[in-house]
Amino acid sequence: MLTVSDAPIDAAELLETFETTVASAGAIVTFSGNVRGQSDAGRVHALNLQDYSPMTQTGIAAAMDDANRNWPLLGLSVAHRTGRILAGETIVFVAAASAHRRAAFEAADFLMDYLKTKAVFWKKEETETGAVWIEPRAQDYEDAQRWRAKETTE
Amino acid sequence: MAKMLYFGRLSDLTGFVEETLDLPDHIQTAGDLRHWLDLRFEGDGTLLEPTVRIAINSELCFDSSAISDTDEIALLPPVGGG
Repeated sequence: MLTVSDAPIDAAELLETFETTVASAGAIVTFSGNVRGQSDAGRVHALNLQDYSPMTQTGIAAAMDDANRNWPLLGLSVAHRTGRILAGETIVFVAAASAHRRAAFEAADFLMDYLKTKAVFWKKEETETGAVWIEPRAQDYEDAQRWRAKETTE
Repeated sequence: MAKMLYFGRLSDLTGFVEETLDLPDHIQTAGDLRHWLDLRFEGDGTLLEPTVRIAINSELCFDSSAISDTDEIALLPPVGGG
């Protein structure tokens, strides 16, 4: 299940829906990413997320295929928000289900690293001192390197 | 007319997100386009950065890839969500 939309993300509701589709799973791992209220530039008001359809969706779907190939998963759910997202609101939700916990943890981690460094989004941060485009940090790229052998996409 | 899209920080350089453009005859490849646009927008090399990728009709391409006047051409600075 993949959603890219400017509608608010309700992580609890997404989890509830996901659970009904993977009733036999012994392990479900979820991750929610929220807009931080503070950055190096000061107090954050909002993030503006730009996407490029259909490249954004196609790329995430390919990463989900990679996850399914690499781990014995029973289901995956990814929701990513676009547009203007206020501090404290959820930008991204990932859920992975498997028979045992390790696969679900690793698949969710893999997908988040893809979303942070390779998913086709651009982020502009609005703070009390102005607005600035944010690109992935060196740490984000290092995190993503851990999965090189598991990716078929660029 | 080619449809041009400038994403992320590149829209600050160009002043807009989207435009339609009659490509000059000498612009045959994505690399030609990159150099021409960098001069046109006084990018001072911004559009020549290897981390700025070009997509033709939603497919990432190389600088050697041919472009045509009917393509949708997107200039993509480094991506990342989450």
